[in-house]
Amino acid sequence: MGNVLAFLERRDGRIGGAALEVMSVAQRVAIGLGGSAHALVLGGPGASAGVGELARFGAAKVEVGEHDGLAEYTPEAYASVLVERARQGGYAAVFLSASAVGRDLAPRLAALLDVPLATDVTAVEVVDGRLRVERPVYSGKAFAQIEIDASPALVSMRPNAFPATESAAAGTVAVFTPAVDPAALRTRVVERKLASRGAVDVSEATTIVSGGRGMKDAAQWHLLEALRDALGPDVALGASRAVVDAGWRPHAEQVGQTGKTVAPKLYLAVGISGAIQHLAGMRTAKTIVAINRDADAPIFQVADYGIVGDLFEVLPRLTAEIKSLRAGS
Amino acid sequence: MRTIVCLKRVPDTETRIRIDSSGVKVDPAGVKYVISPYDEYAIELALRAKEAAGQGEVELVTYGEPAAQEALRKGLAMGADSALLLTGEPGLDGLATAKTLAAELRGADAPLVLFGVKAADDDLQQVGPMFATLVGRACVTGVASFTLQADKVTCEREVDGATEVVEAQLPAVLTITKGPHEPRLASLKGIMAAKKKPLVEKPAAASPARVRILALREPAPRPAGRIVGQGPDAVPELVRLLRDEAKAI
Ligand SMILES: Cc1cc2nc3c(=O)[nH]c(=O)nc-3n(C[C@H](O)[C@H](O)[C@H](O)COP(=O)(O)OP(=O)(O)OC[C@H]3O[C@@H](n4cnc5c(N)ncnc54)[C@H](O)[C@@H]3O)c2cc1C
Ligand SMILES: Nc1ncnc2c1ncn2[C@@H]1O[C@H](COP(=O)(O)O)[C@@H](O)[C@H]1O
Repeated sequence: MGNVLAFLERRDGRIGGAALEVMSVAQRVAIGLGGSAHALVLGGPGASAGVGELARFGAAKVEVGEHDGLAEYTPEAYASVLVERARQGGYAAVFLSASAVGRDLAPRLAALLDVPLATDVTAVEVVDGRLRVERPVYSGKAFAQIEIDASPALVSMRPNAFPATESAAAGTVAVFTPAVDPAALRTRVVERKLASRGAVDVSEATTIVSGGRGMKDAAQWHLLEALRDALGPDVALGASRAVVDAGWRPHAEQVGQTGKTVAPKLYLAVGISGAIQHLAGMRTAKTIVAINRDADAPIFQVADYGIVGDLFEVLPRLTAEIKSLRAGS
Repeated sequence: MRTIVCLKRVPDTETRIRIDSSGVKVDPAGVKYVISPYDEYAIELALRAKEAAGQGEVELVTYGEPAAQEALRKGLAMGADSALLLTGEPGLDGLATAKTLAAELRGADAPLVLFGVKAADDDLQQVGPMFATLVGRACVTGVASFTLQADKVTCEREVDGATEVVEAQLPAVLTITKGPHEPRLASLKGIMAAKKKPLVEKPAAASPARVRILALREPAPRPAGRIVGQGPDAVPELVRLLRDEAKAI
């Protein structure tokens, strides 16, 4: 049997973009394996609202586990429900997103199922009924093509590396109530600080406006914020390590070797020199734009488009041009 | 109180990676090795926990080639008390690595076992939570700093643009990310002291890998970019290119 399970995350009450990428790949792999793709969604009561939509992205069946104890992501509760479903369904492959939740959840699931895990994969294909995936190693300085010799093959997919393609399937919805025992959980969230609900995480944004030491100080970030707002939704702010170490921006925004690895459609590097550890985090962006006053800065070697100039002159103009483009369209 | 830190020896982040003639391995010639960056943060937090408690030991554990001794000595020079080298060849199967470490450390008398969030060579981001699951410890990932109490550990962790404070029951596994405390540099005194600290080496009870590397390849080179122009006057052309050519806005 070649059925495939896609674990889809809900965020802020809905299924997000990265989840549709996971669903689309699961569907493509299911076809390759001669089976069908099922979706699993977990959440609090009412989580099933709107999941019928997933049919458009290839879900033959959508299972929704609703429980008060699943309203927020809780590693042990989510892992126990997911492992149960993965076992019962006898799946050939299980896909998740390599999002913050996926990175926390997938290894636990792997250990519980006793199967290896391919993390952060950027390509998936079925060859002779087996799954072959490609994933970056050495922070993207190389790619490894690997074959997993276990069932189910467990894969977490890098956000933004796959298109979300529409392809209709039956999409029957089945809601179930999993057994969740809050008393059995050994970790507990006691506080959430600065929880900017709805803010786009840098690793999942489709566009990133990233600032480096060239920004001079934290007070100048309003220039990048204005550009972000002009560019529209799904845009996140990023930062170089120099900026994070100086305390101008939180580490959550750092891109690179000791920060996040990102693959947005558009990456704007503003006042960033392009050190190898920074490039490690963003070199797979589809389009890279660099703004730097030093024409010899290494960032220009990876940039598709560059402007040599003072960012304090270029940024306001760029924001204004993009605003007028948006207003005109 | 003992704190265990699992660390890995990896190529320096400045290193150029060359694929050898086998096509499935990296050519080790000329590669300089370091402790994986996040593991250095883990050592730093372990040393701070010991200093805060005023007692205890920090033990380093690695599974790798005999040459990983050098990385352990460096950690000892930072201030760790003892080190264990399980000799063998870890690969791209993180679960096999986690099992190998679990075979040695299951039931270890240490309230905390620390890992880095990800190793800078294979980028798996999985060995810590797998180890925790295998040995039945609570686990918090992406921890920037923590405070240890008698029966629990309170962690600051990073999530999508916010920070969470999470309490975990002991014994626990924490995977450490870059946080407010930069790893200390080894002092000359530390380096001298490290030479006399216990470093035990023994063969690992290795678990077989179930992930096979078919090929390693270099990333496709990015097509040559272009300088659109100088200063703010280049902006309209940049916007036009982003819209019409790159279709990025
Ligand atoms: C183990 C390790 C891990 C690391 N991890 C990371 C990581 O995850 N991410 C990361 O980013 N770095 C990382 N680094 C650090 C990295 O080596 C660089 O030090 C860092 O990326 C530099 O940041 P920057 O480009 O902002 O600053 P700089 O290198 O100082 O560059 C500033 C740039 O701004 C330009 N500039 C200045 N003023 C203006 C102006 N008015 N207008 C236009 N341009 C201007 C300058 O020409 C210069 O190119 C790591 C290093 C190590 C050793
Ligand atoms: N061979 C190893 N020996 C000891 N610890 C390891 C080994 N491999 C990984 N680790 C630990 O697990 C963390 C995450 O590694 P990885 O899952 O490979 O990205 C590392 O930062 C180390 O703390």
